[in-house]
Amino acid sequence: MSVQIWTFLFVGLTFGLYLVIAWLSRVSDTKGFYVAGQGIPAAANGMATAADWMSAASFISMAGIISTLGYAGGMYLMGWTGGYVLLALLLAPYLRKFGHFTVPDFIGDRYRSDTARVVAVVCAIFVSFTYVAGQMRGVGIVFSRFLEVDVDVGVYIGVAIVFVYATLGGMKGITWTQVAQYWVLITAFLTPAIAISLQYTGTAIPQIGLGSELIGQGTVLLDKLNQIHADLGFASYTEPFIGSWDKLNVFCVTLALMAGTAGLPHVIVRFYTVKNVAAARWSAFWALLFIALLYLTAPAIGAFARYAMLDGLHGKTEAQLPEWFDSWEQTGLILWLDDGDGQLAYTGTETNEVFRSGNLGTSRVAEIKQNHERWLQGDSAGRDGRAVLRQAGLSGPDRDIIVLATPEMAGLAAWIIAFVAAGGLAAALSTASGLLLVISSSVAHDLYFRIVNKEASESQRLLVGRGVIGVAVIVAGILGIYPPGFVSQVVAFAFGLAAASFFPVIVLGIFSKRVGTVPAVAGMIVGIGFTATYILGSVYGGWSHWAFGIGPQGIGVVGMVLNFAVTLGLTPFFPAPDESVQELILSIREPEGAGPGLDIEHSIEAD
Amino acid sequence: MPETTGQPAHRDPRVVEAIDRYWKRNLSIMAVLLLIWAAVGLGAGVLFADTLNAWSLGGIPLGFWFAQQGSIIVFVVLILVYALSLNRLDRQHHEDLAAIKRGQS
Repeated sequence: MSVQIWTFLFVGLTFGLYLVIAWLSRVSDTKGFYVAGQGIPAAANGMATAADWMSAASFISMAGIISTLGYAGGMYLMGWTGGYVLLALLLAPYLRKFGHFTVPDFIGDRYRSDTARVVAVVCAIFVSFTYVAGQMRGVGIVFSRFLEVDVDVGVYIGVAIVFVYATLGGMKGITWTQVAQYWVLITAFLTPAIAISLQYTGTAIPQIGLGSELIGQGTVLLDKLNQIHADLGFASYTEPFIGSWDKLNVFCVTLALMAGTAGLPHVIVRFYTVKNVAAARWSAFWALLFIALLYLTAPAIGAFARYAMLDGLHGKTEAQLPEWFDSWEQTGLILWLDDGDGQLAYTGTETNEVFRSGNLGTSRVAEIKQNHERWLQGDSAGRDGRAVLRQAGLSGPDRDIIVLATPEMAGLAAWIIAFVAAGGLAAALSTASGLLLVISSSVAHDLYFRIVNKEASESQRLLVGRGVIGVAVIVAGILGIYPPGFVSQVVAFAFGLAAASFFPVIVLGIFSKRVGTVPAVAGMIVGIGFTATYILGSVYGGWSHWAFGIGPQGIGVVGMVLNFAVTLGLTPFFPAPDESVQELILSIREPEGAGPGLDIEHSIEAD
Repeated sequence: MPETTGQPAHRDPRVVEAIDRYWKRNLSIMAVLLLIWAAVGLGAGVLFADTLNAWSLGGIPLGFWFAQQGSIIVFVVLILVYALSLNRLDRQHHEDLAAIKRGQS
């Protein structure tokens, strides 16, 4: 059977499974809609959290980023897993004991301020949207390659599917669907990794294969990679702190991702769905364990893919090029502009001939190719396309294809290639549906119910919630078709903003009884204001990185430090929170008496 | 923690004391675990990665290994230890409170 038939089969089967689960667990009351009736076992919740967390960025892009960056790719691995430690130790158990529905709810209640609540809602919505846009693009890429449709059409299909099961099932449907999606995505990720490791090193465990000798080469994989990199003019694969990724920037990005993870609303909301405080802790453990399975494998895939790509492409002629190159070339995610010798050169210098089309439209790419042809023939109207693309920062293939193309590179069976496509879709859809739920609950609960219409009935809120999901899916689809800049970069910004806004106020809200409303709101505004200004200034305003040379991806750390400094600096001058808040803090700190979580009616009375 | 003013009168002082004791133990467990977290993730994985790369572990330079493998493994273990020790502390706290309650009646 061909790859395409296998793809239809796997994608059809897995989607059928998700839809059946969503249908079986459809719900009618708000509480089930948002937090799954708080009756999910810890291990299942951990699996769902892992699926929620491991987005298209983790499944499709991460190994590609590591493959391109080498050592520096580790900052994403450490940042995203290290953030879980902060989450588990500093936030999860306390927010579970607090027992309300959303993070803005906690901030609004702890600081007794609607301003704080609105700031938190806006942060939650912004973070979620930047993220969803990335997922939709991931879906588009998978479909464009394997179903041979346009990326835009792929996004439409994804929009339709996410919409159906997110509105139909609510959180309960999403949780159990995500458990199924976890299994699909992790099997799809591990199968090719094991197969490649076996093929190249004879070791079935990819993490050991990473440090093993290549069969028939007599050299260790990483040494071989470093040697090829040196020969072709790329920076070393394993040596840290090369070029713009100096020690300070790697440190800042890692820390920003860590604090940002702990502040991400769609991950935190997960801990409201378990039975009690102890289960919240176990749930965090299971989640990280399940996430670690993929995160520990990604570096191995990254290194093997790097080797397969350099080995398979460099110095080859048109006829010698592997089949996968042709199929991906059609998507524009990898381009070859020959210098006239008929041999492909993939190097880290000006002789490089491998590019990607990025955000350039098809017509612009065709134009560049045409001018390049003319230039090759000595026509003075022509222009060296390599220089054009290099200046546009489009050297090398799109890193999003690495994971999807790796099984093809290694010549694995057609069904494995198709299975990876189904896994990528599972990753993208599970995260998108979780995020859409956060957007919907933020708007319906925190904004509509808590601020606009305090008298709203349950059915009104449910209606608003579902309506918001509908609107959000469509907006996310549009963002997926017209991504605002480079998606993974935008995602990193979202983390920086979460780190600079949420993280300090939540931590101080739990661990200090003294911090009051004014300092907290001031800190949040200073933190997010500084971070957003710096990011916009660097990306659009052409600022040099004046804050100690820290790039926009790591600047959230400075924003976070400012937030802490402003909040703690102002605290002595403003009154401590009143008795009822003191009581709230005391009760959060103690696991005793955490019942099955408050339901929405009680949380109204508590105000 | 700064101050304990604003205690409502209806809380038994022994209960407040028990909560306080629980909280202090919780904080010290957290402090130890976060120290390891910072030393491994930010220390070995980033700040000292270039130095550690002089050694190698099973064919992988050590600094590189910490950044892409070791730190993640340590993080999983940290959360496991946290869940085990805190859930034990919870049970103990629960018994303390039950003892206070029995003493009252």
